[in-house]
Amino acid sequence: MVKTPSKPPKHSGYIEHGGFKGYLHNQALDIKRNPVIYLFLLVILAYFAIFNYAPMVGLLMAFEKYSPAKGLFGSKWVGLDNFKAFFGSPYFGRTIRNTVGIGVLDLLINFPAPIIFALLLNEIHNKFFKKTVQTISYMPYFISAVVACGLVVTFIEAGGPISQFVADITGGEPVNLMNDKKNFWGIYVTMNLWQGLGYGSIIYLSALSSVDQELYEAAYVDGAGRWKQCIHVTIPGIMPMVLMMLILRMGAIFAVGADKILLLYSPANYEYSDVINTYTYRIGILDSNYGLSAAVGLFNSIVGTTMLVITNKITKKLSGSSLF
Amino acid sequence: MKQKLTASRVVFLVIAVLILLAIAAVCLMPIWHVIMVSVSNPTAVTSHKGLVLWRLRNFDFQAYKIIFQYKSLWNGYLNTLFYIVLSCVITGFLTVIAGFVFSRRRFRYRNAFMLIISFTMLFNGGMIPTYMVIRKLGMIDTIWAMVLPGALNVFNIILMRTSMQGIADALEEAARLDGANEFVTMFKVILPLCKATFAVIILFTVVGKWNDFMSALLYLPTKTQLYPLQMEIRTILFQSTKQISSSADAASMNVYSRNIQYAVIVVSTLPILMVYPFVQKYFVTGMTVGAVKA
Repeated sequence: MVKTPSKPPKHSGYIEHGGFKGYLHNQALDIKRNPVIYLFLLVILAYFAIFNYAPMVGLLMAFEKYSPAKGLFGSKWVGLDNFKAFFGSPYFGRTIRNTVGIGVLDLLINFPAPIIFALLLNEIHNKFFKKTVQTISYMPYFISAVVACGLVVTFIEAGGPISQFVADITGGEPVNLMNDKKNFWGIYVTMNLWQGLGYGSIIYLSALSSVDQELYEAAYVDGAGRWKQCIHVTIPGIMPMVLMMLILRMGAIFAVGADKILLLYSPANYEYSDVINTYTYRIGILDSNYGLSAAVGLFNSIVGTTMLVITNKITKKLSGSSLF
Repeated sequence: MKQKLTASRVVFLVIAVLILLAIAAVCLMPIWHVIMVSVSNPTAVTSHKGLVLWRLRNFDFQAYKIIFQYKSLWNGYLNTLFYIVLSCVITGFLTVIAGFVFSRRRFRYRNAFMLIISFTMLFNGGMIPTYMVIRKLGMIDTIWAMVLPGALNVFNIILMRTSMQGIADALEEAARLDGANEFVTMFKVILPLCKATFAVIILFTVVGKWNDFMSALLYLPTKTQLYPLQMEIRTILFQSTKQISSSADAASMNVYSRNIQYAVIVVSTLPILMVYPFVQKYFVTGMTVGAVKA
């Protein structure tokens, strides 16, 4: 039990050092005095029990030949068979490679890009220009995933603006860029860059605005040019925020979302577009192979959570800042 | 103190401005292209290659007339608005009571229960077990599957809790002495002081529901009349514009297919893009507070 650090309750009637009986007495009194608090707590706990913890119990189906008719406790227990089936299938290597590939590429490009964008904006002192560029750059974020993917598909088909642009540069005929399935990673990550660049820069801009202005003046007096000021004042100033975002993103490498990929991909490019989450969706929802799908999902969750915990540990050791 | 403007500084600034202008152009251009194509001559659209900066040949608003008669799209629009309102009510209420409970110092187990709940941020059951729970609850093909899963999340609770912790206990006690009960205290005394945080949570809920199509994909397998707007857009953008052909003749459908697709994008996206600059500051607060507290 967590002890409250706050002052003891004002009302009398609580028994101190009363052992278990005293504890029960105090608890009953507490509930009587704060009925609404406990009622609310019950509602909240019920919500989390149903929508968050029940699915965790449901993960048992990963170890079963699950059939909805027989239910979670009536289906046949098969141990690790589902996992073995996944690890042994050709989908294992493919989905892992694509998940890690897309996740890492996304991290390499879409983690630093908003920081660089924020640093560039920070150098501009014309308020109107800065504000306008900011507002425009957030705009793609407010375009829904469906529309954004629809734009991508029509833009990269032969003769679409992007396909034409690529053809103009390389001097060839415009082709559908998705014809080469290896382009999928790049297309996906570029779309994320377009949607997330401005929005992702928000927190860095706010971190930048809280860097002490006197530090710049002191550095200037000491003979530091703008570049030196950036290296020695600006970057250390936003470093804690950068590290925190890095932990969050590293932890999410395995969480490449299914939604956008489900819209963008097609059987023709599954080899480079099928990630763990889309595979889970296909075998679970479309093929009703629930046990296997849950096993794949559980594998993904475990790896993802482990990544988050490890990166958190490492950053804690290196810099002292951590999430939990 | 004004720092001296050196020659290299000027060069740097010019390059920086050019890069920023290019980024702004890349962000704007696709949206402009879509608007222009949607009002262009359809035959010119089919033969045109590359970016469209101004309408091709002549203005042609036929695509808008066609989608105006497309009932499913407007039905989807209404459904989405309904889901948004319902989600805001549910998420708003649940998040406020959760923030209230976990911020009360007189509640002795607040940290223990907060920890239990926070675990769901780190680990979750995943797509299929969640789907099974929804199915067992009989929510498949109902509006509840569209609003209840994810209605209460830890991130929002943390935001609300932090904001409510900042309010002095004395205020609550004063309200109690004046005879206010817990509900009145929570909604009339404490909540008004957390307006900004509440607005941020509502805003994130609105955007989330506006974009959401996965819930429909998972939980609405047959009830297409419950489809949210994004599912209708998905049909038009990724499957075929022939869906609309009940409301207009098939020949003009083929000719106008790209115009129709882009007109749908304009009709569904422009309202949001018009509104968002006015609520932008809430997103900025939300992002910053969220990042610091998470």
